[in-house]
Amino acid sequence: MTDNLATAKQILLAPAGLDEHHLAQVMERLAGHGIDTADLYFQLSRLESWVLDDGIVKEGNFTLEQGAGLRAISGEKTGFAYTEEISLENLLEAAGSARAIARAGQSGSIAVGSPGTLDPLYPPANPIESLPDEAKIELLHRLDATARAEDPRVKQVTVSLVAAHEVILVLDDEGRLAADVRPLVRCNVQVIAEQKGRREQGSAGGGGRTTLEFFLEEERALGYAREAVRQALVNLEAVETPAGPMTVVLGPGWPGILLHEAVGHGLEGDFNRKGLSAFSGRIGEQVASPLCTVVDDGSLPGRRGSLTVDDEGTPTGETVLIEKGILRGYMQDRFNARLMGVAPTGNGRRESYAHLPMPRMTNTYLLGGDHDPEEILRSVKKGLYAVNFAGGQVDITSGKFVFSLSEAYLVEDGRVGAPVKGATLIGNGPEVMTRVSMVGNDLQLDPGVGTCGKDGQSVPVGVGQPTLKVDEITVGGTAL
Amino acid sequence: MSLTIEQLEERVADLLAEAKRLGASAADAAVSSSAGLTVTVRLGEVETIEHNRDQGLGVTVYFGRRKGSASTTDLSPAALKETVAKACTIARNTSEDPCAGLADPGLMAHDWPDLDLHHPWELTPGQAIEIARDCEAAARDFDPRITNSEGATLNTAEGSFVYGNSHGFVGGYPTTRHTLSCVVMGQEGDSMQRDWWYDTRRAAEELASPETIGRRAAERAVARLGARKLGTCEAPVIFRADVAPGLLRSLTGAIRGHAQYRESSFLLNALGERIFPDWVRIHEDPLIPRGLASAPFDNEGVATRPRDFVREGVLESYVLDSYSACRLGMHTTGNAGGVRNLAIESSGQPLEELLKQMDRGLLVTELMGQGVNPVTGDYSRGAAGFWVEKGSIQYPVEEITIAGNLRDIYLDLVAVGTDDKIPGSVRTGSWLIGKMTIAGN
Repeated sequence: MTDNLATAKQILLAPAGLDEHHLAQVMERLAGHGIDTADLYFQLSRLESWVLDDGIVKEGNFTLEQGAGLRAISGEKTGFAYTEEISLENLLEAAGSARAIARAGQSGSIAVGSPGTLDPLYPPANPIESLPDEAKIELLHRLDATARAEDPRVKQVTVSLVAAHEVILVLDDEGRLAADVRPLVRCNVQVIAEQKGRREQGSAGGGGRTTLEFFLEEERALGYAREAVRQALVNLEAVETPAGPMTVVLGPGWPGILLHEAVGHGLEGDFNRKGLSAFSGRIGEQVASPLCTVVDDGSLPGRRGSLTVDDEGTPTGETVLIEKGILRGYMQDRFNARLMGVAPTGNGRRESYAHLPMPRMTNTYLLGGDHDPEEILRSVKKGLYAVNFAGGQVDITSGKFVFSLSEAYLVEDGRVGAPVKGATLIGNGPEVMTRVSMVGNDLQLDPGVGTCGKDGQSVPVGVGQPTLKVDEITVGGTAL
Repeated sequence: MSLTIEQLEERVADLLAEAKRLGASAADAAVSSSAGLTVTVRLGEVETIEHNRDQGLGVTVYFGRRKGSASTTDLSPAALKETVAKACTIARNTSEDPCAGLADPGLMAHDWPDLDLHHPWELTPGQAIEIARDCEAAARDFDPRITNSEGATLNTAEGSFVYGNSHGFVGGYPTTRHTLSCVVMGQEGDSMQRDWWYDTRRAAEELASPETIGRRAAERAVARLGARKLGTCEAPVIFRADVAPGLLRSLTGAIRGHAQYRESSFLLNALGERIFPDWVRIHEDPLIPRGLASAPFDNEGVATRPRDFVREGVLESYVLDSYSACRLGMHTTGNAGGVRNLAIESSGQPLEELLKQMDRGLLVTELMGQGVNPVTGDYSRGAAGFWVEKGSIQYPVEEITIAGNLRDIYLDLVAVGTDDKIPGSVRTGSWLIGKMTIAGN
């Protein structure tokens, strides 16, 4: 943390000739009379991406984003302004705009300091510089060759490699200064396979808060290429999905996106403070089967959804959301925590300096249970085995959620049968969770591919779960 | 607050000069700047006041047939230099691509018309608060079952952008956009439903009144209360006008040159093929005055013009930029950056008549999830709406899915309504589809 703080000051403040006295001056203008709380957020991000398509490295892109966001809160009112050019003049002007939600008045003086040291959850290294460009290009070509060598039915391969480095510095109205230096990498392989005129796609990938070497270790990225091909070939054999309610077994790992949609969003503090969620006012009530314990944990080392401190400077940690089916708590940022009279949980996140923070998930997962996954499948008379998902959405007020399956199979008399195509699951979050009847002992986190959208803001997240059996959920297919 | 066109033109010239200095054989650059205000009122009180100010520049350089791109939000001379240098480094590592390069110089736009896209709204935060407050109040007063609110939000933005390339083309113009929206929650017994409405325009005087928007949001939320599930069945489906644009976007996605040359489209090689019934015409008009997607030139500087994509049910044109056109051995259609002001012609019936024509079936008013496979056309999405019998609405339904394949859905299009006054850049009425699979309980 101390190192991160030094790095952040060096990168964000020094070029503009700013020091802690200047920050105090801006904060004194921003906070003060009529303002309950305020913060100043500085950010610099660099992102590099490469795309191989059609066997050639077709595109490369580099993005540099920097700026400062200033927020002043009075009661339930928030004033917000930001600037791309970090200078004392611009910061003071933005402070004046943001604090205009409250009447002007006397300001107190602010002493800026760091509350203590925290061990970072990931290396501070800039992943863009973790491999020479030639090595990045070579990796893209190797993945393309690997995918094509897997099967002659592979017709198209697209490989992307993204590395990002973000440095943030946040100062609150009590003078607490916190910083984070965040690497993030992602690799994805998408293939199209063709057989007798039919074309299907498959895709796989992974990543985390680490450097690009991650993809070279244990030939990890080659595994993405093989997995994408396997999925496309499975889909070439897929039959129509039956429509209607049925028993569904969800595979481990990425299918945890079901939790993210079905319960995660509904447990974010802002919706609950406003009474807009299907889970509002239900703390202490049974909202899921007693087999379900769901946590959000932003402190897992190196995971895509992890943060050493959140975007308000609060250290992350494990938050128990549902314990043995009982609703225990919500995910909070400072603003909603203060208004609800609880402690912030390290879930205050923002897409960038130009966006207001709000309660968001980090890594959300369901803890493992007692059952062998094989045993769970054997218990199904007739149903669906959902192994991979494309994406989902939820209406937090009605609790309705939906998501699309990218790999799923029919199950009959305990045996996994033909793959199905174009299936969608739809359900009601609180209802579906009460129908979880078996939980596997094979908890797995996703490979590091999730991005969550809320109010137009995207942030990287993680999900996870063991194999789960849901007794009944509506499957949207085409076959009657 | 935002930069002037002249200031942006200077930045573009600097970027192109820097690219040339570093040895690029061709380059293009775009610079934008905007300023705005966003105010949200919830339960009658101000919730947020945001002062928005955004800027950015992007540059693409070519070294022969190799390409590199970079962008930044920092418009300082130092950042500008770093950005161009980075694009050049990238270009040295990408592959030779015979189709990479700028659009043909002969296609560059010139003497374009003023599309009347700039109507600044001199609005103080106090005035914005009053408008949002009126909007939310109209929603909350509409019906006692409106018990909660996510608020009403007013956003106004004014910006400018300039695009230029090493052919000597440079063009830019200022634009404005103003949006008012409202989200409220209805409650009756155990049933909680939220819904919303909005309007978005280039000129503030064209915005629907705050009261109209608020009442519409409330009306929509209340209508959903007490929604039931449906039994699994096959039935005709109407996509109401506000959810129909998604069906058109799936079409333009499938006929994009990129999807065609990559052979990743459910309408692969469908040019000249009948993909809709013969009365269907789908077209774009990028030159509509005050249009939300209007633009006199595309993202490569190529002049835009009105175009039919589907005429008499037959696919007449792909959606091409110069790269995908080159890959397909065709000419660009001026669609770098996408389709502008897309529309489908109505078959002449108002929505009430479509309901009568359907007789018994599902009126879809909300779609959820991403269940559209662009390669196969397989379509399966979460839905909510109303069950219709004898041509009239019976009760709200939810937690169902509708499924089919887009190729079949397009051919099975029975009628498009006259109810095409939806906000946004796509013009379409409601779509009546002959038959789809509905999954429920």
